[in-house]
Amino acid sequence: MKNCEYQQIDPRALSVSPLSVQTHTEKKEHRPRRKWEVFPGKNRFFCDGRIIIARQSGVLPLTLGLIVVTCGLFFAFDCPFLVEHLTIFIPLIGGVLFVFVVTSLLRTSFTDPGILPRATPDEAADIERQIDTSGSSTYRPPPRTKEILINQQVVKLKYCFTCKMFRPPRTSHCSLCDNCVERFDHHCPWVGNCVGKRNYRYFYSFIISLSFLTSFIFGCVITHITLRSQATKGLVQAIQESPASVVELVICFFSIWSILGLSGFHTYLVASNLTTNEDIKGSWSSKRGADDSGNPYSYNSIITNCCVTLCGPMPPSLIDRRGFVPPDEAIPAASASEIELPPFTTKNDANMCTQSTKDVLERMIHSSSEFNGLCPPGTPKTTPLVLEVSSVAAPTAEPSPPAGCSHQHPRRPALCPPFDRSNKSDALHSINPAFRLASPSPSLSRSTLILGDAPDIGFNQLH
Amino acid sequence: MQGLVPTATDGNMATEFHNLQELRHSASLANKVFIQRDYSEGTTCKFQTKFPSELESRIERTLFEDTVKTLNNYYAEAEKIGGQSYLEGCLACATAYLIFLCMETRYEKVLKKIAKYIQEQNEKIYAPRGLLITDPIERGMRVIEISIYEDRGSSGSSSGSSSVSGSTAR
Repeated sequence: MKNCEYQQIDPRALSVSPLSVQTHTEKKEHRPRRKWEVFPGKNRFFCDGRIIIARQSGVLPLTLGLIVVTCGLFFAFDCPFLVEHLTIFIPLIGGVLFVFVVTSLLRTSFTDPGILPRATPDEAADIERQIDTSGSSTYRPPPRTKEILINQQVVKLKYCFTCKMFRPPRTSHCSLCDNCVERFDHHCPWVGNCVGKRNYRYFYSFIISLSFLTSFIFGCVITHITLRSQATKGLVQAIQESPASVVELVICFFSIWSILGLSGFHTYLVASNLTTNEDIKGSWSSKRGADDSGNPYSYNSIITNCCVTLCGPMPPSLIDRRGFVPPDEAIPAASASEIELPPFTTKNDANMCTQSTKDVLERMIHSSSEFNGLCPPGTPKTTPLVLEVSSVAAPTAEPSPPAGCSHQHPRRPALCPPFDRSNKSDALHSINPAFRLASPSPSLSRSTLILGDAPDIGFNQLH
Repeated sequence: MQGLVPTATDGNMATEFHNLQELRHSASLANKVFIQRDYSEGTTCKFQTKFPSELESRIERTLFEDTVKTLNNYYAEAEKIGGQSYLEGCLACATAYLIFLCMETRYEKVLKKIAKYIQEQNEKIYAPRGLLITDPIERGMRVIEISIYEDRGSSGSSSGSSSVSGSTAR
């Protein structure tokens, strides 16, 4: 499915083959498929698309296991002694840190790092057209870089052959996940996900809180053993009485070096608004000598850089995991047969059906780009028209439907039945307004008839 | 005739609907223009205001530039770093990001506004001229996709379609 070699997009091919990468695996199915099911990258999805994780998440259980085991041993074996001899706050602080660490870790692992959806074939063809201005018939791969000016500094944008677009600045393609990720930092195997624009703050809070946790446990265990050896007049005796402490000591000792080092490194990155990727490649180091090749993204103030990176606005997820893939073939086949017209007011009830407004609209948006493909001369011409006009009807009957769980985070997992939708997705996947307008006109009876037609079909079809 | 929704009470709106209806019945997608991102100020979301040549005959330059500039302003508002965004970020961190279960972020609020604005622009300005703007969020915030519809598709097929639709109506 994933073709790593570049293939020139033939504009003629757009008219006969399924257009979107997302739909090429789609068959005629009665069940509407969500976009995560046809996602082209190497990610895995859980909870019906609410949770995203990289394909190889092998080390994440190890990370979690180490943290849970160490903390478990700490609470079970060290805390009783320390509570007795010192203070109750020790397990409390430990508990708070543990919760922080685990939530940050899970957030980092299960959040979309800022994946850029692949270019639609139309977009990719447009890019090709722009660069292949000579019009030669022989195929030539597009130039790989494009230079732009950012804050008076020249930055090269590379062309991504997998995603078929010029990568925005600071974006990099992760080969493990097979996605372009915005503000790509690195792919962290411990966390089992890429670290990018959307989950960098979680990653940072994870390593900071983990450093505190490991240092805290390390200190407490040392205190515990010291106090115990004073009480029992012997170190060996103390260790024999509490062997778990040794295990914790060993784990913490080796973790502290790496975690503290990593925290320090990332604090430096945050303060100078760099990514690991840029730092390793030396993109903004003074390798050009006298040239003023500083980081063009830095705000030249440590505090501002920190605030922007960690407390800046949270961008939305650009891949719509829980949206429905428009069922292109299903609708036209059925639309020609029925002529029943439910009144528009009953469309509110119709929303309870599988196909939501948003899906119809997405279908609309996709179908509008597939008119060329669906219009060989002859009868099929009518079906796109019906399809296009029919999609108008649904949105007007649904002023603000509860459209679908947010596709950004696993927000309300327990409260989201499959057909419940939130308003957010509705806005984010904008209603095609031109089509939205066309439905309620009573003056054109033809259109009214057709409008009533297919959405009902669509609903029935997709049950 | 079933399926009448007499919501169009305003004469202007009826005219627009009429325009759009005519467009839909006889239009076919001719071309798509992609307005690319403008990275001159960094990675913040901003689109180029350069007027594409394909739209020269379809829409006035000033209208187009107004639309793009307004969109750029909206995105700048969404990504603005200042007191409110810091407060939101710190509050979110303090509640272990659980606050996002009940509250939507400022970015999302602005995205909703953008969706409404694009819809309004399409209704008032672009659809009557046979154009359609796709919300950039649908294209990964990479491009503003403007679809250009021809007033008439190939004459045979379009008349065929209208006759079929006409016959089912009768």
